[in-house]
Amino acid sequence: MDGIALLTIFVLSVFVGFEVVSKVSTVLHTPLMSGANAIHGVVVMGAIIVAGKSEPNSLELWIALAAVLLGAINLVGGFVVTDRMLEMFKPKKPVAAAKEGGAA
Amino acid sequence: MSEVHVDPTWVQLSYLVAAVLFVIALKSMSSPRTARSGLLIGAIGAALATGVLFFSGIKLANLALILGFLVVGSVVGLVAARRVKMTAMPQLVALFNGVGGGAAALIAVVEYLVVDSDDLLFLIFTVATVIIGSVAFSGSIVTFLKLQELMTTRPVVIPLGKWITILVAVATLAGGVWLIVAPQQWLLWALLGLGLLFGVLFVLPVGGADVPIVISLLNALTGLAVAASGYVLDNVLLLIAGTLVGASGTLLTNLMAKAMGRPLTATLFGAFSGTTAGGGAATSDRPVRSSSANDVAIMLGFANKVILVPGYGLAVAQAQSTLRELADLLTEKGIEVDYAIHPVAGRMPGHMNVLLAEASVPYEQLKEMDEINPEFSATDVVLVVGANDVVNPAARTDKSAPIYGMPILDVDAAQQIVFLKRSMRPGFAGIENEILFDPKTTLLFGDAKDSLNKVVSALKNV
Repeated sequence: MDGIALLTIFVLSVFVGFEVVSKVSTVLHTPLMSGANAIHGVVVMGAIIVAGKSEPNSLELWIALAAVLLGAINLVGGFVVTDRMLEMFKPKKPVAAAKEGGAA
Repeated sequence: MSEVHVDPTWVQLSYLVAAVLFVIALKSMSSPRTARSGLLIGAIGAALATGVLFFSGIKLANLALILGFLVVGSVVGLVAARRVKMTAMPQLVALFNGVGGGAAALIAVVEYLVVDSDDLLFLIFTVATVIIGSVAFSGSIVTFLKLQELMTTRPVVIPLGKWITILVAVATLAGGVWLIVAPQQWLLWALLGLGLLFGVLFVLPVGGADVPIVISLLNALTGLAVAASGYVLDNVLLLIAGTLVGASGTLLTNLMAKAMGRPLTATLFGAFSGTTAGGGAATSDRPVRSSSANDVAIMLGFANKVILVPGYGLAVAQAQSTLRELADLLTEKGIEVDYAIHPVAGRMPGHMNVLLAEASVPYEQLKEMDEINPEFSATDVVLVVGANDVVNPAARTDKSAPIYGMPILDVDAAQQIVFLKRSMRPGFAGIENEILFDPKTTLLFGDAKDSLNKVVSALKNV
């Protein structure tokens, strides 16, 4: 793809990136950062692409495979740890109901 | 390697779908109700794109090895993410971020070695990926070591550190330009090394309390490295995903820096000037008032309004549920109870919310700093559990303190303040807290969970 098309995509993505997180509450800063972290784990795709075109048994191949390993850790670990954070955000109604009783 | 691979249309459309899913994921993660399903959408996007890649017709030599490393990496990530304690979660995120940046840098190195192109844009983006990726990698590793307390959490100021850092930065940039003008393989390796060195030098002088902002910044940097690698590999999805993370991460970093009340530059370069932990005048052998769990229970039991200030110490002691039990008990007695959550309570913005949610504290009871600060003057008792820096008035008064300028919870406005503390040791930022010596302050020493349990059982008899 030519440079200008990629540049266009880049600039528009910057604006979308700003826009989607502009209204996040402090409560979700950490999970959001962690979720974004997981998303850039797709870097593993790049690692697979370069590993696929490296010569067998070459230095490049082993570097590329190291990248595959690191990228996979980023991708899978990132999503799983973020999910663990978010599963705690389920509001538990009974406790909230107990609170209604006392507060003046 | 001269043949140019062009992805078939259906592959490109799949990547477009994945990109849209990423945008929806980020948007959904901005609201507590939709956050979890949003994350799932993101995961589906990533799985779709990675799956499609294998059938896109790209050259896939070494397939068995690739799949093997993919599986091993996935298992390592899965196990690490499953096993980590929620208190140690920030450093794991830093580590995941670091390896992502490292992967991006290595990709650019391999592409350079394999392709051997002298196209100007290709070289520019290769250099950018290598530098940004390696900085994000080594910076994240140092951040991890700091948070894991495998090294000092204080700012590390090396003699002439400022000049060394500037020198390394200039050398890195000069090397990058040189490589673009006159491509040579050894330069690429040198750049990788310089980038790693700069990442270390860049994070070392950052004080403990500012580490969360740095994690966020490094996360944005990795995003940019991934975007640049997308350019190198001519892969639009990497470009979009990386840019989305880079942009949203930059904004998020800014929001966090604002929550801490300091411009980003002050956070990052504050330690360059050699400001070490302040508060030297205060020494720990001054008298404090310590008390028993019974007295604390009586104080709480006869209050009208109580505010709980949870800090990292609470999480370390795994005492979130005990604190909730105490809150429930007080509420039953007709006492108004709120949790005051400082934006950076715990180790990262929002970290405390996650930890309390783990203990089923409904998030409606969690009040953010701006909302709760005016209420302290009308509060009878503030119970500070394992927090220190976020209530330290040195942030308002002591210009030499590393936390100077950070907005704090105004607990000193309350009638009485109770600290549950393990010892007189200062907080993560390493500075003394004057409130501890205030006549209206009572200290209850001990493990947060033990102390809370004692207070709860004493309170049942009040």
